Amino acid sequence: MSPTVIITITSLSGLALISAVILYFVAQKFKVFEDPRIDDVQAILPAANCGGCGFAGCRNFAEALVAAETFEGLNCPVGGKAVMETAAGILGKAAIEVDPTVAVLLCNGTPEFRPHTSLYDGASDCRIENNLYIGETDCSYGCLGNGDCVRVCQFDAIYMDPVKGLPVITDDKCVACGACVKACPRNLIELRKKAKKDRKIYVACSNCDKGGPAIRACKVACIACSKCVKVCEFGAITIENNLAYIDARKCTFCRKCASECPTNSIIEFNFSPKKSKIEPMAEVLNS
Amino acid sequence: MLKTFKIGGIHPPEFKLTSHSPIRQLSASQNVTIPISQHIGAPATILVNKGDYLRTGQLIASINGYVSSNIHSSVSGNVNKIDTIIDTTGYKQTAIVIDVAGDEWMETIDRSPVLEREIKATAEEIVEKCREAGIVGLGGASFPSHVKLSVPKGKKCDILLINGVECEPYLTSDHRLMLERGNEILVGVSIIMKALSVDRAIIGIENNKPDAIENLTNLAKEFNGITVQALKVKYPQGGEKQLIKALINREVPPGHLPIDVGAVVHNVGTAYAVYEALQKNKPLFERVVTITGKSLSNPGNYIVRIGTPVRHLIEAAGGIPEDTGKIINGGPMMGKALNNIDVPIVKGTSGIVLFPAKESKRDEVKPCIRCAKCIAACGFTLEPNLLATLSEKGLFERAEEEMITSCMECGSCSYICPANRPLLDYIRLGKSTVIKMAKQRNIK
Repeated sequence: MSPTVIITITSLSGLALISAVILYFVAQKFKVFEDPRIDDVQAILPAANCGGCGFAGCRNFAEALVAAETFEGLNCPVGGKAVMETAAGILGKAAIEVDPTVAVLLCNGTPEFRPHTSLYDGASDCRIENNLYIGETDCSYGCLGNGDCVRVCQFDAIYMDPVKGLPVITDDKCVACGACVKACPRNLIELRKKAKKDRKIYVACSNCDKGGPAIRACKVACIACSKCVKVCEFGAITIENNLAYIDARKCTFCRKCASECPTNSIIEFNFSPKKSKIEPMAEVLNS
Repeated sequence: MLKTFKIGGIHPPEFKLTSHSPIRQLSASQNVTIPISQHIGAPATILVNKGDYLRTGQLIASINGYVSSNIHSSVSGNVNKIDTIIDTTGYKQTAIVIDVAGDEWMETIDRSPVLEREIKATAEEIVEKCREAGIVGLGGASFPSHVKLSVPKGKKCDILLINGVECEPYLTSDHRLMLERGNEILVGVSIIMKALSVDRAIIGIENNKPDAIENLTNLAKEFNGITVQALKVKYPQGGEKQLIKALINREVPPGHLPIDVGAVVHNVGTAYAVYEALQKNKPLFERVVTITGKSLSNPGNYIVRIGTPVRHLIEAAGGIPEDTGKIINGGPMMGKALNNIDVPIVKGTSGIVLFPAKESKRDEVKPCIRCAKCIAACGFTLEPNLLATLSEKGLFERAEEEMITSCMECGSCSYICPANRPLLDYIRLGKSTVIKMAKQRNIK
């Protein structure tokens, strides 16, 4: 073997050895300890990275779960109870039950109830239309119908009803991540507590005008007549800014308010049809 | 070569259909609706109650704060109601509705057509009188004039610029005013010069109004320090900063006012209103409005009382043609489509343009091809394509860094875009969001 080869091999091996030693100490010195449980927790999260928990992504949420003392205020709306219980099992902490919620649209102004008074032909973007004028109808609070909420939904849970001109939320697909709530420039979407059999009853109106202007703009507007407040036995309904609001946590789904509402602005979903709803006119005729 | 501003600009077709129709007085409407916020700044405070009898020129809502304006009744009659209405901007606001009965003016107003050349008032009195008369900038922005007439301490104004550019297509109200009320305008300019204590004023007029240039040049010989300058036809020369650049070659830095470079700009219409306020003691309750459109049977320039419904003006011009697609308040470039023609004409309404449906329709939006025509057209060296994308994606902090607030919403970028992108729509959205963000930061 020629001396050149021997020198090359020895010098390179020596260099490798020295580098290895240096690298070993550097690795020790700058070692970052990462809790292995973060990976475990992240693995069971839905990996939707939707931001519904309030964190930037699932990884950040996993870190927060591991670091947290209790699960107070931490919830993955997509995974729900099952995921949170599994995470609690991994981390040896107690899961806190959070009521599952679902998005609902607080406007029922279809063209039938809320006729168009002008035509908007600008960019199809609710934010722009809202920034420009009161909208195609006389209601300055109602849905503009350009579908900002549809575009931001990652779960394909919202579609635009072409006849009604309003977005429709599919309960089964909605994970209550809240992206649509943030996207709506008129704050028309609310996350409401999910009830048994997906029952829903709420005031589908956001018009804060007084009764007169509100009803002139839309036939199904809340006119703040407070009939629902009086009929509610559970104190679940309050009126603020000329608008009734039903607290989903107090509501017992008795549906008395819905039958009392003179403008039908309280709407109900997934209930069995009422046995005999006597029309007010019929009542007068019978008596 | 004619003077103009250097950066950006476009030249849309002019269609000045009404430049030869003399100013006429519009007949009275049955009622008028006078909004209490027709100016930039705080809404005025209402002074009248339902049922009150008012005379023409009577103060009905008073100035509320420094940047605000008085509002006067434009008719005589009884207050019908004080109601919330939707105004020309498309938003709700409070307005005073008056049922018109006759036309009884306040005795203090001098109604004779004699030209009063002698200026008796002192500088302070001029500012005070403009404040009392509720004068705002009649070019379109409606900024209270008394604020612009009082030079802040530590700043110096050495020249007054008068905007007779009227660069918006279709509109001719300033043009006709310069032809028919030349002397009055020049007296008004002299009054403003006295208030600002400057000895030089330039009236800038675009070269597509040679008769107005000639008329004012001849009349100005009898006035000290007033010259008339013809300008090359280019939009948006009527923008304050563009006009300053074109006339005296000074550049107003972003976020600064013309006074920072020693200039003050007023519109010819404002100069006329100042003349009327000072020499005739007449508050601002009527203005010249152009009503025009290609299919309109009787377009023209009218003196319209503030608060007259747009519908009344359109009827005077021959009614709405069948093919109308959009009715624009203001010029076609910066104006806004009306969603209701029962809205009242306000101090800032310079014209009403009726567009045929086939012209008013927006073309299909196509992808951006990076041709940079919008950048070349921007008078403020902004990048409209970038600003629009940033706003669309909600990246408002970045948009603020890119100086979105410098945009004056002239619409040159949207006009020139070969892909019909709604650039200005998004920039407006971004601009208003950024301004809101900045306000919130200031509160904190």
